[in-house]
Amino acid sequence: MPVELTINNVSKTIDVEPDTPLLWVLRDTLNLHGTKYGCGMGLCGACTVIVAGQAIRSCLTQVSTVAGKPITTIEGLSSDGSHPVQVAWEKIDVPQCGYCQAGQIMSATALLSRTPHPTDADIDAAMSGNLCRCGTYPRIREAIHQAATLQKA
Amino acid sequence: MNLNRRSFLKVSALTTGALTLRLYIPQAQAQAHAKQNLKPTAFIKIAPDGTVTIKARGPEMGQGIKTELPMLIAEELDVDWKNVRVEQADLDEATYGSQSAGGSTSTPKSWDPLRRVGAAGRQMLVTAAAISWSVPASECTTDAGCVLHKSTGKKATYGELAAKAAALPCPVLDTVTLKDPKDYRIIGKSQTGVDTPHIVTGKPLFGIDVSLPGMLYAAIEKCPVFAGKVKTANLDQIKQMPGIRQVLVIDGTIKAAAYTAPEPGMEPGIAIVADTWWQAQKARKALKVEWDLGPAQTQSSDNFQKQAEALLAAPPVTTVRTYGDIDAVLKTSAKVVEATYTFPFLAHATLEPMNATAQWTNGKLEMWVPSQNPGSGSALVAKSLGISEKDITVHLTRVGGGFGRRLMNDYMVEAAWLAQRVQAPVKLLWSREDDTTHDAYRAGGFVGLKAGLDAQGKLVAWRHHMVTYGDGGKLSPGANIGSDEFPSGFASHYALYTSAIPLMLRTGYLRAPGDNAYAFVGQSFLDELAIAAGRDPLEFQLEILSNKMVPVPGEENTPKGPRDLNPERMKGVLQLVAEKSNWANRKREPGRGLGIAGYFCHLGYFAEVADVSVDKDNKVKVNHVWAAGDVGSEIINPRAAESMGFGGVIDGMGEMAQEITLADGKVQQTNFHQHPLMRMKQVPPIEVFWIKSNFAPTGLGEPTLPPILPAVGNAIYAATGKRVRTLPLQKSGFSWA
Repeated sequence: MPVELTINNVSKTIDVEPDTPLLWVLRDTLNLHGTKYGCGMGLCGACTVIVAGQAIRSCLTQVSTVAGKPITTIEGLSSDGSHPVQVAWEKIDVPQCGYCQAGQIMSATALLSRTPHPTDADIDAAMSGNLCRCGTYPRIREAIHQAATLQKA
Repeated sequence: MNLNRRSFLKVSALTTGALTLRLYIPQAQAQAHAKQNLKPTAFIKIAPDGTVTIKARGPEMGQGIKTELPMLIAEELDVDWKNVRVEQADLDEATYGSQSAGGSTSTPKSWDPLRRVGAAGRQMLVTAAAISWSVPASECTTDAGCVLHKSTGKKATYGELAAKAAALPCPVLDTVTLKDPKDYRIIGKSQTGVDTPHIVTGKPLFGIDVSLPGMLYAAIEKCPVFAGKVKTANLDQIKQMPGIRQVLVIDGTIKAAAYTAPEPGMEPGIAIVADTWWQAQKARKALKVEWDLGPAQTQSSDNFQKQAEALLAAPPVTTVRTYGDIDAVLKTSAKVVEATYTFPFLAHATLEPMNATAQWTNGKLEMWVPSQNPGSGSALVAKSLGISEKDITVHLTRVGGGFGRRLMNDYMVEAAWLAQRVQAPVKLLWSREDDTTHDAYRAGGFVGLKAGLDAQGKLVAWRHHMVTYGDGGKLSPGANIGSDEFPSGFASHYALYTSAIPLMLRTGYLRAPGDNAYAFVGQSFLDELAIAAGRDPLEFQLEILSNKMVPVPGEENTPKGPRDLNPERMKGVLQLVAEKSNWANRKREPGRGLGIAGYFCHLGYFAEVADVSVDKDNKVKVNHVWAAGDVGSEIINPRAAESMGFGGVIDGMGEMAQEITLADGKVQQTNFHQHPLMRMKQVPPIEVFWIKSNFAPTGLGEPTLPPILPAVGNAIYAATGKRVRTLPLQKSGFSWA
């Protein structure tokens, strides 16, 4: 069944079963591999993307429910790493294995867009849905504060 | 045979055979091995514009070696790090030396040979310049990618000299001159991970991201009981579902018997190959399989507990080490303390589930794998498929978490097996549920401890009986314990025994194998003893470390090496962490306490202090952690090293609330809601401090982790007077806030 999607400001019509999760459409149909599969149950946040300003778990989101809505993936922040959150992430050198980081970055981006100067408590609340097996949390916290400063500048 | 604690994985290799043989090679041997086998010139490519490309040989899984190992080469080559490009090498151990990553061995086995690779490159460039200028090479110097001859003012860039240098013979690595560490410009300075810019922009780096033209996707349904086989299934119906290309029954190679195998084997199951992975997964949900569950279906955690209790009450099966007169001294000690500690099976739970991509073309196999141990993987694939290793090409992808899981290459064999049958490139991906229920688990254990104190409150005797899993005297992979388990050698009378419960389940190596549990057991019990003696736990441990060591018979005159616990280094990190955490002046208040622990493993020394609050509902909040480490003379990439310190602490905390249990032979946990990882809001501020000691640098993947478990447990005791002897925390009445 054809579904029209607007991903990173580009509209595309794709033909998949309507109950296919957005995650697998991104990864296997559109070859956007930045968004990651971790649990398939909305427990780890590796698949986080932004739909109409909200951070959502693409592994639980049937593609038909986001038709026509603006979807932003990690690839859509900037391809050259110039988005303030990407700049901060690189400067702090947040990743260890790196697998969860796209999801972390998308959750952080959504947080910063509604709370430009988050407190540690804001960060705890917004980021506790994203698991990091390597334990980069202290670095993520540092990078979010840094990104808040960069956004302001 | 002396089962020395620090040669843990080597011991495993001896007892379990070939697979683990490549996992751990003693340092000196590793260096010799690497020197013999690597081709220095293959690591370095210099373009005419001066761009230097350095090959990263080992698998990058977050431990930072894709950046760190090329830093070693770049330092001695004497180039600007900003002009260096790093490329991941394909599997070719004849060219690059060892390409496995595990046991925190990458740094110790690379520190000497890879610096020499860089120095050899530098020497060739200097020689090339000296020949063209007709000056003695000894008068030439280098500086950031240039060769200089001061008295004539001549200068040439490496780019200009590269072609000429490449035609020269490569010097013997032993003969090259290395820099004085005070001249380092790259080592010891934080360098951003070479893949970080690609990670933050979502580039396809990981195994799961591999995409080939015409590629199909596979998922495998496996029996929930170990080694259970397919009896019947509605395969014809599945074949009719959308996108399904092929449905294959896998007979597998693993047997329903106690698992002490050196190789992971192939598990039986049903492979579904489809146009997309989601279609394969959907088809799985429609599968109706009748399994032959086999004998493993009777296994349960309750049963294991009962067997453990019986074994703990019986004479031990295997003596790992005894000296002195343990039983007599325990009878006459002024005070005797007894306790049983328990730790569960754990899953690895790498965030990137197991996967591999394979393409079979005209008898040749090409693979893209996130493996920690691709060399063993290639050998295993060759053996399993009956093909030659020469016909296998292995590309190393970035690894979305290793933690020891990817030392096993079962998923690699599965992908290769599928590619051979499907006649198209295949990407095999396990679901999270597959990953959690078909892991090679950290073995659980039940430890009976008994220790004697004299009238002055000094430790005199320590008896340690660990019941774990295996088959008679043969323990499951990762369940071994070394003869030098602390306080072996430091207590005047000592005994370490093991007994095994037969286990039909795959076990393996989890980050700081063994140590991640044994530190919890030993360092918690030591805290109990200090308190029983009315002593400060730090002072009590420092006193034990000051005892004259009881040598292993026959090794009285053998010089101590890096794998032997050096008590001065251990004392150093304990004292440093005590100072940083203000241990001596810690407040004693109800509901809040500090705990301290130290541990030596994988050539590294760490001590950690946890500040913990426990509320009236026994919810535990860690307020702060201080860690002190000694991993030798250089912290090669400081920011990444500090991150490894954070990671070890957080990972170890996570393990305190995890468990894998069995009922009716089935693993009961399937996903992160039942095998939780720490979350942002639960993670305290962590400070990491270093002692730079006069020893060759060693690895950080493992040694940062073990001390945090007993440090938190001891802090819970300080806060509540309740001792955590059973993990997970929930089984001791606590949970994370």
